[in-house]
Amino acid sequence: MTLTRRFAIGLGLAASLMGTTAMAQDSVRIALVAKSLGNGFFEAAARGAEEAAEELGNTEIIYTGPTSTTAEGQIEVINSLIAQRVDAIAISANDPDAVVPALQKAMQRGITVISWDSGVAPEGREMHLAPSSDELIGRTIIKLAADHLPEGGEVAVLSATSTSTNQNTWIAEMEKVMDQYPDIEVVATVYGDDLADKSYREAQGLMQTYPDLDAIIAPTSVGIVAAAQAVQDASKVGQVNVTGLGLPSEMAGAIESGASKSFAIWNPVDLGYTTAMIAHALATDEATAEPGAEIDTGRMGSVTLDEDNQAAMSEPFTYDESNIDEFKSIF
Amino acid sequence: MSLAEGTRPRNFPDRLTGRGQRILRSWELLLFVIAVLIFIANTQASPYFLDPWNLSDATFNFTEKSMIAFAMALLIISGEIDLSVAGIIALASTAMGWALQFGVGTPGLVAIGLAVGLLCGAFNGVLVTRLGLPSIVVTIGTMSLFRGISYIVLGDQAFNGYPDSFAWLGRGYVFWVITFELTLFVVFALIYGVVLHKTNFGRHVYTIGNNPVAARFSGIRVERVKMILFLLTGLMSGIAAICLTGRLGSTRPSIAYAWELEVVTMVVLGGVSILGGAGSILGVVIAALVIGMVTFGLGLLNVPGIVMSIFIGALLIGVIALPRLVTKLRRR
Repeated sequence: MTLTRRFAIGLGLAASLMGTTAMAQDSVRIALVAKSLGNGFFEAAARGAEEAAEELGNTEIIYTGPTSTTAEGQIEVINSLIAQRVDAIAISANDPDAVVPALQKAMQRGITVISWDSGVAPEGREMHLAPSSDELIGRTIIKLAADHLPEGGEVAVLSATSTSTNQNTWIAEMEKVMDQYPDIEVVATVYGDDLADKSYREAQGLMQTYPDLDAIIAPTSVGIVAAAQAVQDASKVGQVNVTGLGLPSEMAGAIESGASKSFAIWNPVDLGYTTAMIAHALATDEATAEPGAEIDTGRMGSVTLDEDNQAAMSEPFTYDESNIDEFKSIF
Repeated sequence: MSLAEGTRPRNFPDRLTGRGQRILRSWELLLFVIAVLIFIANTQASPYFLDPWNLSDATFNFTEKSMIAFAMALLIISGEIDLSVAGIIALASTAMGWALQFGVGTPGLVAIGLAVGLLCGAFNGVLVTRLGLPSIVVTIGTMSLFRGISYIVLGDQAFNGYPDSFAWLGRGYVFWVITFELTLFVVFALIYGVVLHKTNFGRHVYTIGNNPVAARFSGIRVERVKMILFLLTGLMSGIAAICLTGRLGSTRPSIAYAWELEVVTMVVLGGVSILGGAGSILGVVIAALVIGMVTFGLGLLNVPGIVMSIFIGALLIGVIALPRLVTKLRRR
């Protein structure tokens, strides 16, 4: 089939049917592969990617993914993207290993492959964009508490389990920057085991043991909700500020009641935007994925790859009463 | 009864009309026409569809599932069902991954995959044929049981590091774009086609599905046939587990999640009566191709997965309802 005929068929029939498939072949086509469709987090990321595409111009975002969060479903999606010869695949993987063979095939056929949000084993991607880094999260959680304590005060940490690698790393990173906050004292670290009732009781215990407690930092989405509830039930709203990492949909009530003044988590819109920016830069050879490389990411600044070709987007995004309504319906 | 009638070959319930009319009014022809229409629609809708490598990649959408569907077709024709096939895949894959940790090579892994498949099939078979339990209840139970064992063994971990020779079983090419899995698909289609349509065993399967009591009175060992069918379904699930594990290169307990419904969909779309007693392997083969082409074709157009499910569901209902509608209208 000649190129012109292919074009004629593509434009004449497909375009009339579906519109997007056979659009101008020279535009950069970036596939944003979600863990599953119908998830607000990924829908928001797709909006961010569209924003990046508009800014870049001549870029098409193909937002796709399987119906359920399975590796097999994602492989089917990857195969159809390879077949369409997209320029880049950016995937949030359901399984870091199972999608590797399919992604390797994509790379062999000249497609730029990056992972974002939920990573792929290094042999299956050129680079991985993490929403944040342990260091940035550690710095953020103490800053969230300190921002509302200009005079200093007592804070306590309500973590997940004592063996949770993520939380332990973040708390360790937080402790590294404690010398920047000389007036703030971390009086205790307790563990709610990521169970709502145990976290609630631990938060109650903190308020009883430390009557002058000013803030509870819960770097876990279960703990932060339980702690906010405990503060509300103890009528200590205004005295004890609950902060940490949480989901806007679950924290909207706590922000409204004032039990939590602010909290943080990655912003999916920014993540989708940054992912599309990086995918575009790599697909058009404006940047190369190699350790130490710095890739420009538009309004988000830039990211730098570490020795494993991983990069962190930014510190977690802060949610408070000014933006909670916008995000609570997203994720 | 006249002598002429008595010497005529005996008609089975799925053969009540002449050959020509039977073909014209057959499910397989209707399905084949649909397959051709979908193929043409796909070639028109996307310039990427008619590419041998793309089509070859797309065969993975159905090869593993259809291997199980062949055995499942026989089982459903006999009036039973096995909903634990995806659970068997998970357990067989977990067993292979576990053995891999002790340095077992490809032949050993394959043997383990087949053995676990057979054992699971035997477990279902014994519960159904020896204890007389309904197969739908038994296999809903073993569906969770088999996958549950995988979850206990693996939790949120994964087994990986399968050798290349093992990965070849799921990704390898026999000749040009013809994958090993596609070859297996063709070979098994032929084997099951011959077994169902050309052997006494196949006739027994139909007879049992149409009337198990009559089958027993005609000397057919109903339990034995059903046991063999459960073993076959288990074995095919084991083979699918080997292919899928090789293709993914890793084992997680969520492997092949919810495949049992896709396999049953394929069988029913292929014209096998869910009540037993009727159906053909050719129908299942065409149904596999239809589902594969629809999934791939819609994927090329980046139609979201949920729309694909709706499409397949509508196709299933449409194809089942159409012949009945036609008969009803004719009777008026």
